[in-house]
Amino acid sequence: MKTEPGPGSAPIVEPVSTPYVRIEGVSKNYGSVLAVNDVSLDIKKGEIFCLLGASGCGKTTLLRMLAGFETPTSGRLWIDGVDVTSLPPYERPVNMMFQSYALFPHLSVESNVAFGLQQDRLPSAEIRERVAAMLQMVELTGYEKRKPHQLSGGQRQRVALARALVKRPKLLLLDEPLGALDRKLRERTQFELVNIQERLGVTFVIVTHDQEEAMTLATRIGVMNAGEILQVGEPTQVYEYPNSRYVADFIGSVNLFEGRLIEDEPGHVRIACEDFENVVYVDHGISAAPDAKVTVALRPEKILLSRQRPADLDNARPGENRVSGVVEEIAYLGEVSRYRIRLSSGRLINVSQPNLYRHADRIAWEERVWMAWDSSAPVVLAQ
Amino acid sequence: MNKRLSPFVLTMLVLGFAFLYVPILMMVIYSFNASRLVTVWDSVHSPTLKWYAELFENSDILDAARLSFRIAAVNATGATILGTLAAFCLVRFGKFRGRALFIALTTAPMVLPEVITGLSMLLLFVALEQVIGWPAGRGALTITIAHMTFCMAYVTVVVQARLSTFDRSLEEAALDLGARPMKVFFLITLPIIAPSVVSGWLLAFILSWDDLVITSFVSGPGSTTLPQLIFSKVRLGVSPDINALATLLVLTVTLVVVGVGLSLQRRERRLSLEAQAAGEPL
Repeated sequence: MKTEPGPGSAPIVEPVSTPYVRIEGVSKNYGSVLAVNDVSLDIKKGEIFCLLGASGCGKTTLLRMLAGFETPTSGRLWIDGVDVTSLPPYERPVNMMFQSYALFPHLSVESNVAFGLQQDRLPSAEIRERVAAMLQMVELTGYEKRKPHQLSGGQRQRVALARALVKRPKLLLLDEPLGALDRKLRERTQFELVNIQERLGVTFVIVTHDQEEAMTLATRIGVMNAGEILQVGEPTQVYEYPNSRYVADFIGSVNLFEGRLIEDEPGHVRIACEDFENVVYVDHGISAAPDAKVTVALRPEKILLSRQRPADLDNARPGENRVSGVVEEIAYLGEVSRYRIRLSSGRLINVSQPNLYRHADRIAWEERVWMAWDSSAPVVLAQ
Repeated sequence: MNKRLSPFVLTMLVLGFAFLYVPILMMVIYSFNASRLVTVWDSVHSPTLKWYAELFENSDILDAARLSFRIAAVNATGATILGTLAAFCLVRFGKFRGRALFIALTTAPMVLPEVITGLSMLLLFVALEQVIGWPAGRGALTITIAHMTFCMAYVTVVVQARLSTFDRSLEEAALDLGARPMKVFFLITLPIIAPSVVSGWLLAFILSWDDLVITSFVSGPGSTTLPQLIFSKVRLGVSPDINALATLLVLTVTLVVVGVGLSLQRRERRLSLEAQAAGEPL
């Protein structure tokens, strides 16, 4: 490899820390309604970033601001070092895949995909070549002349993806990309989407309300509520270490218990909960004032169910992290069974157990059972 | 499929259609009558095409037809452009100040008596001529302008209905793919709403083609439209060639309306299928 020598010819090494997409203090209000409230976010190149939240949490507004359909009331947006805050959508290096796909009904598949390239006035030979390559990638070769209404839902989704990717955008925005597909197709498409992203290296920002979709697709997730980003992290981080009651409750299911911090050491904490006779022992420290009111979050699959009282934990005092109750409801789902168990305090706890054995002597309704969990299982959340 | 019409319903149906179409049918039949007297059927020489032949030698009628066609076509085009713009304002600009007034003002000509429209247009043209010297006299130009004012309202209503169900994300997608707003309109919006725009154009054409009242107010010497000519001829006594002329008019309008209606219906059905396919709410 030969490089031109000369002043300033040193290779430009992009510092890894430089974010590719930077959202800086962005707010958007419609009249008195605050849709997005002072959001700051850095997205790295090649990431699949998922904005996850319930409907009306501002995630779509944020996406539309990245696309250029909405202008932030305050704050700035950068893409690859360029301030795009006031650029119109047709001048941004960004493409979007719409929730409804928004395929042009009067144009064929081929023309739909070629539309963006035609706007850039590329030579028609190159357009044909790139459209063909893109259609091949989404496995739609042979469908060039079809109109959108002659395609199935999954095919339309792939046309929309091809149309959004063919311009090689720096950033691809996807609004509920799998929302309109049925379950089997979704699962397949999820992996296809990730494969395509890995091959092209395009940075993806996905908006979804479906946590399962976010967990499978994302390299990082940003959980949004009421216009704010509550937590940003990798799927495992967000699931295992939620930083607030909302996040813990929104992602997966969780049992939340009110409690009081009674022992606070750097290596462990003990929490007294009204629902349990014994205290909850957690093997990692938290930062909270002693005697503070806290919430203990316990995932259903982290609770072990048994008929006999399980042995005490090695590192805890007898009876800690153990509680008994009566089975009230059972839902057999195939791979797991979900139980709702009534504690003596009257509180119901959700527990899920994998169905490991086919002919197991399964726990039945009205049985008295013991629940136990490891000292690493609970997450303590400040209130 | 064993649903049979009750005798009562059947009778009403026949009577209803008879009420609507027997007069027209009579006119068509009498257009082939050889007798000079409109109400007397000359069974010896009939049927004959001699009135039709006479029609095409009558330069007055041909001129009037040509003028009517020109006015109708220009009016329809102008009214369609203005009406489509008005429809866009109503649908796209949200709740702007004075929107209700704007709607009322746009659609009022539809319900305003034609006599009022005609008279007010006449007053306007006379006043304008006195003040700025334009339009000089009354003729084809003033008729066209007057027709556009009331035809525009119909176009607005037709296009507005289509636009209000138009999926904006299609336009956003086009913007997102790099098309500027004007290009988006001509490449995406217009082709999709085209059926309603064409409907509006045809409606404006037909309304102008057979308008008599407003035309009478704003026309001048030397600019006689076909309806005016027929009306003036009938006042002097109905001659059989009018039957022939009217039959031709009915035939033309029927052919155009049926033909365009069918093709629009097919296209609209296809487009709505496509729109549904593209996820557009209807």
